[in-house]
Amino acid sequence: MTAVLQILFDALSVGSIYALGALGIALIFGVMRLVNFAHGDYIAFCVFAMLWPSLDVVAIVFIGNLPWFLLIPVILGIGAGLSIISEILVFRRLRDANPATMMITSFALGFVIHNVLLMFYSSRPKAINLWSNLSLPVEIMGARIPLLQVITIVMTIVILLALVTFLRRTQFGVEMRAAAEDFTMARMLGVKANRVIMAAFGVSGALASCIALILATQTGVADINMGLPVMLVAFVATVIGGLGSLHGAVIAGFLIGGVSVLLQVFLPLEARPFRDAFVYSAVIASLLWRPQGLFAPKSSKERV
Amino acid sequence: MTQPLQAKQVSVSFDGLRALSDVTLDIPPARVSGLIGPNGAGKTTLVNVLTGFQSPTTGSVVCDGRDVSGLSAHKLRRLGVARTFQGGRLFKDLSVLDNLEVTGVGLGLTRREAASRAVDMLDWVGISHLMTDIAGSLPYTDERRVGIARALMMAPSFVLLDEPAAGMSAHEADDLADLIARIVKDMKCGVLLIEHNISLVLKICEHIHVLDSGELIDEGDPAHIKTSEKVLHAYMGTQGDVDMQGAIL
Repeated sequence: MTAVLQILFDALSVGSIYALGALGIALIFGVMRLVNFAHGDYIAFCVFAMLWPSLDVVAIVFIGNLPWFLLIPVILGIGAGLSIISEILVFRRLRDANPATMMITSFALGFVIHNVLLMFYSSRPKAINLWSNLSLPVEIMGARIPLLQVITIVMTIVILLALVTFLRRTQFGVEMRAAAEDFTMARMLGVKANRVIMAAFGVSGALASCIALILATQTGVADINMGLPVMLVAFVATVIGGLGSLHGAVIAGFLIGGVSVLLQVFLPLEARPFRDAFVYSAVIASLLWRPQGLFAPKSSKERV
Repeated sequence: MTQPLQAKQVSVSFDGLRALSDVTLDIPPARVSGLIGPNGAGKTTLVNVLTGFQSPTTGSVVCDGRDVSGLSAHKLRRLGVARTFQGGRLFKDLSVLDNLEVTGVGLGLTRREAASRAVDMLDWVGISHLMTDIAGSLPYTDERRVGIARALMMAPSFVLLDEPAAGMSAHEADDLADLIARIVKDMKCGVLLIEHNISLVLKICEHIHVLDSGELIDEGDPAHIKTSEKVLHAYMGTQGDVDMQGAIL
């Protein structure tokens, strides 16, 4: 029982990170048909934003010293701001470009952010000590679970509920859902395109900063490559979930998290280093079974 | 609005291919006009031009005495020119109510105002029981009716219905005819009905325009259209559309 609970919490907390990442990507894909590959670099940027720029081996914590109730909104603001700025400066000009052009541009933007970090912080991973007391375990029904895992899962659920409420209950949310489904039509009906797209980028960037805070606390390291693996899995999750489907992206994020944790536990010891090969085999199988994704939005059937 | 919505000598070309040639027609306010023609005659292109979804290559669109040719669909919608689409083109992942609300918000209402108008409109069209349904799950005919309700948000002066009866049974088409009559009578809205269901058009339209190969080949009241040689020739000359030929003959 204890072991099961442990696995469940592991799966949910890994899945939470993937789900938040997938949601960030799906939101922008929804309104712009853009897979923003710079998303992983937004995550790394938000982690490094807590540090003072320096090439020293030791991290000089700066914003990261703020008390949590200030640090969280500041980092969320930085993530949202970076994302919105990249929309205004880069993606807005490409709105009518084909998806391949936009995708390559997002790669390029990712490289730019990556190299800016490289320039100011060097490529060496730096140890940071953010909310280290969160790694202490708490006991839940006999299982010892790190407090951070519990917080990660609870926060993810809160964020998802908040987002669902935002999308369902607010004027902005309804406009965003309409634009995500049929952008041209929404625009013709008077939905303000710039506002909706900026909001989508803002929310997506804020989601990237949530991941940054979780990763930095979990690993205790600031590494300019740290967003990349999350971005990759999150992208895969949006595809499996059905591109354009927000809830599909979230569920697929949790699924991939669950599958990788289960494989980590149950694969024979000698096969464990190749866990990711098994995860991605499952991805291929899933796509062969449902190429349109598990939860393809109704609207996408018509477009094909 | 007391003046008609007009297309004046409108031509549209796509990469050298002429979709419309020199088409002039009036849609009078508070009356039902019809637009018929074989497949590929250019009916939807004309609707696109009249509603700002397509700019005319030459010619102009006049609304309320003012040239509105270059205006976007959204601006024309604000001036009171609404339309429906052949495929419904609802937001399929949104509820029926949200579909109408987005339109209200786009037209400048707050969400609360838009929601209350949307509820009233669904009630008026007689589909308030569909309010919470997801648009993508609706049967074909309900989707059409939601499309019409959406077009009628904010009481437009003109509404262009693009094949609203397609796929409807005779009984459902009768209900649609009643609805169109109410749109004209209660909302004082000018309706242009684009339809393949010729008996419906002959039954409810006061004036009918006939388009063939991008040209307006005839127009007049139903009695005239029924006996028009040109109309008969246009339909007999094309394959298919047995229903149309049957209705005319």
